[in-house]
Amino acid sequence: MSAPVRLGVVMLCHTQMNIAARMARHWAAAGAAVAVHIDAQVGVDAAGAFRAQLEDLPDIHYTARRNCEWGMFSLVEATQEAAATLLARHPDVTHVLLVSGACLPLRPVEDLIAWLALDPARDYIESVTAADVGWTVGGLNQERFTLRFPFSWRRHRKLFDRYVALQRRLGVRRRIPQGVVPHLGSQWWCLTRRTITAILDDPRRGEFDRYFRRVWIPDESYFQTLARRHSTTIESRSLTLSKFDTQGKPYIFYDDHRDMLEASGCFVARKIWPRANALLEHFPRPATLPPSAAEPQPGHIDRLVTRAVARRALGRPGLYMQSRFPRKDSENGKTAARYAVFQGFDDVFPGFRDWLAARVEADVHGHLFSQDRVEFADDAEVGPGCLSSSAAQRRHDPQGFLTSLIRITAPRLQVLLLSPRDDHRPLDWFVATDPNALIFVVTGAWVLPLMGSDMPFDDIRRVGAQLQAREEEQLSILRSVWVKARVHVWELADFLARPAAILHQSVQELAEVPLPGDDLPAMRPVDGIGAFLQSLRNAGLQPRLMGDFPAPRPAIRE
Amino acid sequence: MPRWLRRIRAALRLRTRRQYLLCRAMRRRRQLRPVADRTGAIRPGDILVFMTLRNERLRLPWFLDYHRRLGVNHFLCAENGSDDGSREYLAAQPDVSLWTTTASYKEARFGMDWINGLLRRHGSGHWCLVVDPDEFLVYPHDDTRPLRALTDWLDASAIRSFSAMLIDVYPKGDIAAQPYAEGMDPLAVARWFDPANYTIRKDAVYGNLWIQGGPRGRAFFAEEPWKAPALNKIPLVRWARHYAYVSSTHTLLPRSLNLVYDENGGERASGCLLHAKFLSTFAGKAAEELDRRQHYADSHEYRAYHAALSDAPDLWTQQSREFRDWRQLEDLGLISKGNWA
Repeated sequence: MSAPVRLGVVMLCHTQMNIAARMARHWAAAGAAVAVHIDAQVGVDAAGAFRAQLEDLPDIHYTARRNCEWGMFSLVEATQEAAATLLARHPDVTHVLLVSGACLPLRPVEDLIAWLALDPARDYIESVTAADVGWTVGGLNQERFTLRFPFSWRRHRKLFDRYVALQRRLGVRRRIPQGVVPHLGSQWWCLTRRTITAILDDPRRGEFDRYFRRVWIPDESYFQTLARRHSTTIESRSLTLSKFDTQGKPYIFYDDHRDMLEASGCFVARKIWPRANALLEHFPRPATLPPSAAEPQPGHIDRLVTRAVARRALGRPGLYMQSRFPRKDSENGKTAARYAVFQGFDDVFPGFRDWLAARVEADVHGHLFSQDRVEFADDAEVGPGCLSSSAAQRRHDPQGFLTSLIRITAPRLQVLLLSPRDDHRPLDWFVATDPNALIFVVTGAWVLPLMGSDMPFDDIRRVGAQLQAREEEQLSILRSVWVKARVHVWELADFLARPAAILHQSVQELAEVPLPGDDLPAMRPVDGIGAFLQSLRNAGLQPRLMGDFPAPRPAIRE
Repeated sequence: MPRWLRRIRAALRLRTRRQYLLCRAMRRRRQLRPVADRTGAIRPGDILVFMTLRNERLRLPWFLDYHRRLGVNHFLCAENGSDDGSREYLAAQPDVSLWTTTASYKEARFGMDWINGLLRRHGSGHWCLVVDPDEFLVYPHDDTRPLRALTDWLDASAIRSFSAMLIDVYPKGDIAAQPYAEGMDPLAVARWFDPANYTIRKDAVYGNLWIQGGPRGRAFFAEEPWKAPALNKIPLVRWARHYAYVSSTHTLLPRSLNLVYDENGGERASGCLLHAKFLSTFAGKAAEELDRRQHYADSHEYRAYHAALSDAPDLWTQQSREFRDWRQLEDLGLISKGNWA
């Protein structure tokens, strides 16, 4: 070991004095000098009990009690005073660690001392240039140093916000003292005696204190800024594990985080739920021999917190539930997994569904949006996730129906058949703007079953007109500039010209399966389509979606 | 009419509605006669359960124990004309305050006037859970963290209301085939649920979500899904004197309490109430309730049950899932941890 390290601890206490007393005992028992500041809001009884509990420890000092409101300069003053006391009373103290009464030491103090001894001249304080900080809430980083904040953010939020807006509009700014480069960072630090002394004894301290008195949340910037003036070896990180979420609220640790906290190897953690008794009993860990100077590895906890933040801010794609109901186009993923939609294929190949199901690894449903019932794969009465096969039930919330089906079956590919005969109009835009959707359409294919039907021709003509209008409406959406799905559209005539090529190409997009060139499902007879289309034309209906089928020359009467 | 004027009018209308509900609650509270008033034992910070009940003697022991284990400190019950010993049983519990009435359940807006009255009188400043004796609260981390951890976190996050939708649980096989006896865990019998069969719609006036579906929607209301019972609930609220439940625990006023969901794609924390309605005792209860005609919308729900129950129903399907723990529900997306990691 190079130079001996003597640890001094500044402890700021404002609640849960019982726990705070245990922590103070822990620090003092391991040989650290402790200076305690008890907030003036703590009752006289609680403060007295705190002191009584620690009477037997000589190296605990108490500083004058101040009223420390969150984000006020009094917190900095309390820290300054406690640090000065420590340095004055204990000339051998080499490092000062700032903790709160609610900070839970995880590793023995001996470990921290051994670790600090590895490089005793280093200052551990998170300190980031205010201009480059990305984490502050409300976007106030540089402005913390240039605006005035006479109103409390906690108690008078509206006034606070309005006054900030007013200053921005008027362009009023405070002057930053010369030589001060604003820095921000975690309020929990560990500084060397040299740096602390330099900050406290700075000839311009009066000027700096006056300036920081009106800076917003000075406990996150006073030492972080001034340490940059005086220290040459700053390691910008905090020894206290302290995580914040998007609202600027610290993460709270519970009993079930015990193993993770232990594995993290951090020295101090906050915040701990005050009733997490298993944590409070388990930590701090007893000292080992020899003390371990192992590096903290908070990666696991970092990931946990990052995941939680992402869950709160982005959520799970394709999930619609009681506490996540994104408005249109804020979904962060409209559906949970890829799915494919085939329109018109089963009109050309009546056995298309079974043929496809035998070839790709997927749930191949029938017409999920059919008018009279939901045709789940295998004709199940109850679909995946207990979805009802009742069309009325599906109509009640079609988007919920589709997204639930896809999410509950993910990652298995879902394939569904569509037809202009179906009832999917409310979903046209949703599916077209969903990047997870693969859409294959053979336009005008609905005419083939009509051609083979034995309905009276008048009815055929009427139904044909309806289907054509419906499909044209759908196609206009599929051709809009907002489409995010992968869309393939063929006219019926194109498709019939080379059915195998198009079908195989489409199937290949779902899955890499080798298909022999002549592997085709049985096709509906298409002879006479030209004549049929002509008879529709003759009846006054212009078929527009089938492409070019030459009409046979009418027989010429001799 | 300009938009700002319309907005003020809508706000005033809701305010009037809330005041009307509170007046009703204060008047109807007089129908309640105290049987055992132990509310003096309630300390600041205690978590309270409020419920109305009628003839639930069999279910009560397990129900009380379940919620005691979660960390509920006191139960406030409005009992409505029981004749099966529920009243005597509850009156003997040290952590129960009991009121009784023989007035009409329907006239009291299906008990909500009584509950609003009790909440206003005893609930202010506390986290209050309003449930029925067949509902069991499940929330993220409930295996390792007591309810108090959740309410402390909600306090710290400045959240005042917590969503917990109803998830109907049912047994495998005929409902009547597995008899339920006192003190049994209902979830040991009825432990299957529908994992993804729920419809959601947003209410334009109150801003809450209407969730329907589940096994009841599927089995009893397949052709009339809009009539199926609502499953959305906001049962856990840090109560204040001016709050009021509007319809059951589905909707609250002021309106902001209903905004328990995120609309920008994120997830808020939420839990669920496992609803063990479908036990062997159900058929008898359905017939009795149909007879009394005291339920919502002319008891059409009970009429549907009665019709369906006459031919040995089985709600279980191949696609039903067996309830394991909160993690399973969270993976399915029925509840969410939000940022409570």
